[in-house]
Amino acid sequence: MNLWRHGVHWLREDLLLNKFSRRLPSKEYRVAIFKPLSLDEMKAKTKVLRRHIVRMTTEAGSGHPSSSMSAVEMVTALFFGGFMQHDPAQPRWNNRDRFILSKGHAVPVLYAALAECGYFPVEELMTLRKLGSRLEGHPNMKRLDCIEASTGSLGQGLSVGVGHALACHMDGLSAHTYVMLGDGEMGEGQVWEALASAEKYKLANLTAIVDQNGYQQTGATKDVLKLTEFQPKIESFGWHVQTINGNDIEQVIAALTIARSIKDRPTAIVSKTQKGFGILPVLAPTGDLNYHGKPLSKELAEKALALLAD
Amino acid sequence: MTIGQAAGLKLGKAVRDAFGTALKELGNEFPTVVTVDGDVGNSTRTEVFAKAFPERGFNVGIAESNMVGVAAGLAAAGKIPVVSSFAAFLTCNAYDQIRMCVAYPHLNVKMVGSHAGISIGEDGASQMAIEDIALMSALPGVAVVVPADAPSTKHLVKGMLEHHGPVYLRCGRIDVPEIYGPDSVLTIGKANQLRDGKNLTIIANGLMVGIALDAAVALEAKGISARVLDLHTVSPIDQEAIVKAVKETGRLVVAEEHLPHGGVGSAVASVTAQLAPCPIEFVNIGNTYAESGDPEGLLKKYGLTAEAIVAAAEKVCSR
Repeated sequence: MNLWRHGVHWLREDLLLNKFSRRLPSKEYRVAIFKPLSLDEMKAKTKVLRRHIVRMTTEAGSGHPSSSMSAVEMVTALFFGGFMQHDPAQPRWNNRDRFILSKGHAVPVLYAALAECGYFPVEELMTLRKLGSRLEGHPNMKRLDCIEASTGSLGQGLSVGVGHALACHMDGLSAHTYVMLGDGEMGEGQVWEALASAEKYKLANLTAIVDQNGYQQTGATKDVLKLTEFQPKIESFGWHVQTINGNDIEQVIAALTIARSIKDRPTAIVSKTQKGFGILPVLAPTGDLNYHGKPLSKELAEKALALLAD
Repeated sequence: MTIGQAAGLKLGKAVRDAFGTALKELGNEFPTVVTVDGDVGNSTRTEVFAKAFPERGFNVGIAESNMVGVAAGLAAAGKIPVVSSFAAFLTCNAYDQIRMCVAYPHLNVKMVGSHAGISIGEDGASQMAIEDIALMSALPGVAVVVPADAPSTKHLVKGMLEHHGPVYLRCGRIDVPEIYGPDSVLTIGKANQLRDGKNLTIIANGLMVGIALDAAVALEAKGISARVLDLHTVSPIDQEAIVKAVKETGRLVVAEEHLPHGGVGSAVASVTAQLAPCPIEFVNIGNTYAESGDPEGLLKKYGLTAEAIVAAAEKVCSR
C-alpha cells in the first residue's frame, strides 16, 4: 500500500528500531499511522470536521448536527493528535486503538473524521442517510470496517468497549479503547454496570469520555434526570476521572495524555461541552439552543459555513 | 422422573451439565473461547469451563445487559465468547443488547440460556423461560438450538462453536433420558429422525423428545404408527425434513416446552402453510405462565405429557 497516500509519514521512534516491524505479527507491532497535527493544524481540522457535519446533515435533510458539534474537539484530538494508532489500509488491524461512539446519533462527527483519515472518500459524506449508503443514520459496523460498534440504542457502547479492552489485555496487545458517551445516555443503567465491570478487571486500556453537552432530546439534562456531577460518581466506581472543558482542544490533549499515563485502572474524561459549539451564533437566533436531531436549513447552513471558513 | 420409560430409555445427565462438560472438553481445541457470566456460572455450568481455564472465564456480576455487550466486544476483537445466564434473564433482560450488539452486527457470540421451560420446577414462573424461542427466533441470523439430551448436547455445543455467527442454545435444568448414542451425528440446521412411522409425525425438541418417544410407543399399541423428528434447530429450520414428513406421513403433532406462539409450532406451521399444507395439532404449555411445583407435576398440569401427545395425535388423525 502507498503509505504516503494515506498521510503516513511519521513512525513512532521506538518502532524505527525495526523498520520491518509492520510485517511482523508481533505483539510489539505498533505503528502510528498519522503524524500528530500541530495545535494550529488541529484547530483548523476542527473547522474542517464542522463544515463536513453541517454539509452532510443539511444534504441528508435530517440527523444530529448539534450533538456532533459538541464532540468535535475530542474526536479531532483523538484521531489527529497522535492518540489513536490505526490504519485505513487495514481497518481491523488487531492492535489498532479503538474508538466506539456510544452516542451513535452523533455519527456525523465520526464519519467526518474517518473520511479525513482516508477510510473513504470525503465526497461519500454527502450520501449520509440515503438509501444504499454505507453512512447510515447511526453507526453500522457491518457496512463499514472502520466502525467499531453498531450503536444507536443508548447505553451499550461502554460494555462493548469493556469487551474490546478485555480481549486486548488477554492477547497482550497495547491497543487502547476509547468510548464516547452522551450525558443524557448516562441515564441508562447499563453504563453503570459497565463502569463496575471495567474496574473489576482494572482495564487501564479503556477510557470513557462523557460528552457532557448539557442537553438531551426534550431539554436540559439536569432537568430530565439529574445525574451530575459525574466526576465523584464515576470516581466512586474506582476509575481515574478528569473534568475538562471539552471544547478547549488544549485541555482535551492534556486530559488524553494524562489518561494514557494511568496504568492501574480505567480512566474517564468528563468533557463539558456546548451542544452546537462552533455554530452557536447561527443557532442562537432560532431560540433553540438544544437544536436536537434536526439539520440546519440551507440558509442557516450557509451562515454556519461562513462562520467556519478558514 | 418417568420420561423415556415407556420408550425404554435410561436416565442421563441434564442438558446444562452436558453443556458445561462439553465446553470444558473443547477448551483446548477452541483456544479463543471465553465465558462471560452473570454470576450464575454454577447454575449454567460454565464454571466447569472457567475452573479449567481461569484466565478465560469472566464473571461480570448480576448485570445481563453489560454481560452481552462485553461479549459483543470480545467477539469483535476475535474471541468466541460464550455468554450464559438463566434463559429467562439472558433473553428477556438483555434482549435489546442481543438485538443491537450481537444480532444486528452478526457477531460470533454464543448465548446459552439454562433453566429453560417449566421443568425447572420449584423456583416458579419468574425463573422459567417460556418465550425465549420466540424472542431469539425473531432475530435475523441467530441460530436457535434446543438439545434433547446429554449426548446430543455434546455434538451441538461443538457445532455451536464451529458455526460462524450468533447462536442461542437452550438448556434445561433437570436430568433427562439419553436418546442419542455417543456416535450419533447431529448438525445444526438438520433435524434427526428418531423413529419412523406412517400415520403421522411428532415433531419435538428439548425435553419433549423423550416424551414424544413415549407417546409413539403408546400410539403403536393403539395401532397408530408415529414418526418422531427431533427438530433441535428451530432457526434455521430444516424445511426439507418437515416437508418430507408431511409428504410421507400426512399429519403433524408439534410438541414443545414453550408458549403456543412464536416457538417450534409456529415455525413448523409457517413452513407447512407455504410448502406442504396439512393438519397439525400443537402441544405446549398454553397461553399462560406456570407456577412453582415439582417438575413432573408441572409437566402434567400444563399438558406436557405423553398422554397429551397421544390425544393430539388421535385428534390430528381424525381430521
